[in-house]
Amino acid sequence: MTLVTIETSTSAAAVQPFPSRVAPLARRDARTEPRLVRGIIITLALTFLTVFVVLPLALVFLEAFSKGVGFYLKALADPEALAAIWLTLVTAAISVSLNLVFGVAAAWAIAKFEFRGKTLLITLIDLPFSVSPVISGLVFVLLFGAQGFFGPWLMAHGIHVLFALPAIVLATAFVTFPFVARELIPLMQEQGSQEEEAAISLGASGWRTFLLVTLPNVKWGLLYGVLLCNARAMGEFGAVSVVSGHIRGETNTMPLLVEILYNEYQLVGAFAIASLLAFLALVTLIVKTILEGHLDEGQPASDD
Amino acid sequence: MRGAPKRSALPGFGLTMGLTLTWLSLLILIPLAGLFIKTTELSFTQFVDTVTSNRTLHALKISFGLAFLAALVNLVAGLLIVWALVRYRFPGRRIFDAIVDIPFALPTAVAGVALTALFAQKGWLGAPLAELGIKVAFTPLGIFIAMVFIGIPFVVRTVQPVLIDLEVEIEEAAACLGANRWQTVTRVILPSLTPAILTGFALAFARAVGEYGSVIFIAGNLPNVSEIAPLLIVIRLSEYRYADATAIAVVMLVTSFLIIFVLNRIQRWAQTRALAVG
Repeated sequence: MTLVTIETSTSAAAVQPFPSRVAPLARRDARTEPRLVRGIIITLALTFLTVFVVLPLALVFLEAFSKGVGFYLKALADPEALAAIWLTLVTAAISVSLNLVFGVAAAWAIAKFEFRGKTLLITLIDLPFSVSPVISGLVFVLLFGAQGFFGPWLMAHGIHVLFALPAIVLATAFVTFPFVARELIPLMQEQGSQEEEAAISLGASGWRTFLLVTLPNVKWGLLYGVLLCNARAMGEFGAVSVVSGHIRGETNTMPLLVEILYNEYQLVGAFAIASLLAFLALVTLIVKTILEGHLDEGQPASDD
Repeated sequence: MRGAPKRSALPGFGLTMGLTLTWLSLLILIPLAGLFIKTTELSFTQFVDTVTSNRTLHALKISFGLAFLAALVNLVAGLLIVWALVRYRFPGRRIFDAIVDIPFALPTAVAGVALTALFAQKGWLGAPLAELGIKVAFTPLGIFIAMVFIGIPFVVRTVQPVLIDLEVEIEEAAACLGANRWQTVTRVILPSLTPAILTGFALAFARAVGEYGSVIFIAGNLPNVSEIAPLLIVIRLSEYRYADATAIAVVMLVTSFLIIFVLNRIQRWAQTRALAVG
């Protein structure tokens, strides 16, 4: 039993996009490098992170405010910007909800039951992570486009899927598909089913058992998955770009508007929208760090 | 775990499994199957001609080649970063630990415009580099930089938990047996990290191959010079050459699947090895 737990947790940690559980400091002892080597390694590491991560991030905010707060707010209050913000919120709300329901269902089926083909199912759930965003959009163009499988039928019935909200939601749901499930599956596997079995044998219904026993146990993991899912949903560019059609004020999400404004040299506008997205990323990281604290607390103490 | 393990006393298998398979099929499997069906519209020779045309080959070479180089840089830089974060104590350590995740969390379009502005000829880094005669933005070098950016977290996050869990005793034993620090690191520590390093490398590589948003702004997008494969798919789509777009996509997908396959093998190998050693 213990063996299995360790195996699943390491393999999950190895491929998670955000697997960091903040590390305890290494114990100080003789097994370290000379001072000079330490200094060089730290300098190289920090320089690398500063050049590649800190500078671009700082630049987004500086460019956004380069002409003052007035310009910044004006850029955000632009009707096109507001439409993009609204579309992004709606898209994320729908696709995250869909993947939340799916993620919980998948985790329940996979963690609480034994069946053949489980490994294959988990691999299939992870599939969207290894598909280029452009291809994630392309598949929906092939289904719903004018030359697509369902395109002519949809057109005959006046239903707009491609270059409209439905395709944007589908493409977003595609790329964010694994987030909730892959966060919940290892967590629920680790926790086993004894508590749920006790509840059921005491006469609770399945639904009640889930709400009152399972949900409280996995709530931090669930929030963690939803948080990452939402961040990706709001920031998705490639997949949405392929299916959106870039209709101004209608089918541009925030990342797409960043591209359009940037290509039109409306730099303050582009970086103003970009700064909102960067702010979202920072908030996501902060909440994520807090949730990781809760997740570590919730886990049984282990000596590894 | 007392008594005979029954199949399961819990309800809901039918419902949750049904939901899972339905959503998985509708959203992922059927659309992906459509991709492969679409390629059958091309004859085999047409398919081969499409994916071996000069422009396509060059785009694939750029995407795969630069992604490989970027993943190599991520490997080396990732090891330095993870070593510093896990083994040393310095001011701002926890902040830098959190910063590693920014390339995951930052929307790719934002990363794209930010990196372009940073490395453009008048940018903070672009200007000094231009004086040295190095042009980054709108060249393949720019593509490489963007790929390095998005790959940063992978090696760090896969190696970090392994390095934290590494037994102190092994290193002490090596030192007691007369190994100097360099020997301990290269012959004792690095081999235990190798599976995690390879996993991180493969993940960074796979991500960079398919990357679109953070690359297209800085790439320049000149055919046969700085055009990545995902962009060529978008271009073919906008020309309504759906079958051509699909053919390139299939080549990329199959390659990605091969990478996952190898990745899984590496992990399984790592686990059996860990069990054998531990």
